[in-house]
Amino acid sequence: MLFFSFFKTLTQQTVTVELKNDISIRGTLKSVDQYLNIKLDDIVVLDELKYPHLSSVKNVFIRGSVVRYVHLPPDKVDRGLLEDACRREAMAQKGKAA
Amino acid sequence: MENLSLNDPPPSSPQRQPNAVLPGVPSQGPPQLPPQMFTTAAQLLDLTDKKLLLVLRDGRKIFGILRSWDQFANLVLTETRERYFVSIPGSTSTDALSATASKDAPTLSANTSLSTSTLPRNMYCDIPRGTYLVRGENVLLLGEVDLDRDDDPPPGYELGDVEEVFRLHRAIELEKKRKDKIRARKIGQLWGGEIEGSGEVLF
Repeated sequence: MLFFSFFKTLTQQTVTVELKNDISIRGTLKSVDQYLNIKLDDIVVLDELKYPHLSSVKNVFIRGSVVRYVHLPPDKVDRGLLEDACRREAMAQKGKAA
Repeated sequence: MENLSLNDPPPSSPQRQPNAVLPGVPSQGPPQLPPQMFTTAAQLLDLTDKKLLLVLRDGRKIFGILRSWDQFANLVLTETRERYFVSIPGSTSTDALSATASKDAPTLSANTSLSTSTLPRNMYCDIPRGTYLVRGENVLLLGEVDLDRDDDPPPGYELGDVEEVFRLHRAIELEKKRKDKIRARKIGQLWGGEIEGSGEVLF
């Protein structure tokens, strides 16, 4: 659930989502859910000529399972915080397992 | 289905923690949004009964009206039209394409039609397909169609004859399938044994 929460903090930021079929879509992150499905607003497709079908589309719902990367604005990511949270979650998991 | 609206207060949790996963840290951004905003249901609810573009994992593009869905993104679309796109490269590259095609597979007659045109052309066509029920795992993305821009052809593309576009599309798909098969066989020889699922074209 860590990354779900993490993505929730990034709503309203401009991100680029790269899909497993190589399409890259840039837009404003509107929402994310437990499967890391992503909703983007005001989208721009990089390399539009190659992917003409999205020309009349303004916002998209992307299924989490087909996402390869999400490019994030570096200044909006608190890496220390993320590392901390990761350790915390790992500890919690360990505690549960024991 | 639960009748939640986005304006409802969050479920009766004792005064929501500022940040459940990163405790003790004031959360950034707009975390005060109700948690039901961040569900599959909320995301798809806005798209219901709207004209959408559905892209499937096998590359199909389907325009239709979203009527029903569930948490796995299993979808029902009605009044669908499947849109085909073909790009025919200019004369030099078409010759190259047909030359390789005839060298590798002399019987591939479908490709000969590609060499008849000399100018690069981009065409699309729509074919009505009725109602679709799509299993969620095959969904790549769902896009809301901007109705103001809906009637404009995609930039750089022109509406082509259905028969012709369909035929060219099929020829290109066959060619791609053939290449994928060769690649899969080579990989199989290199690594020993076929890779699982390599026979079908995904995405």
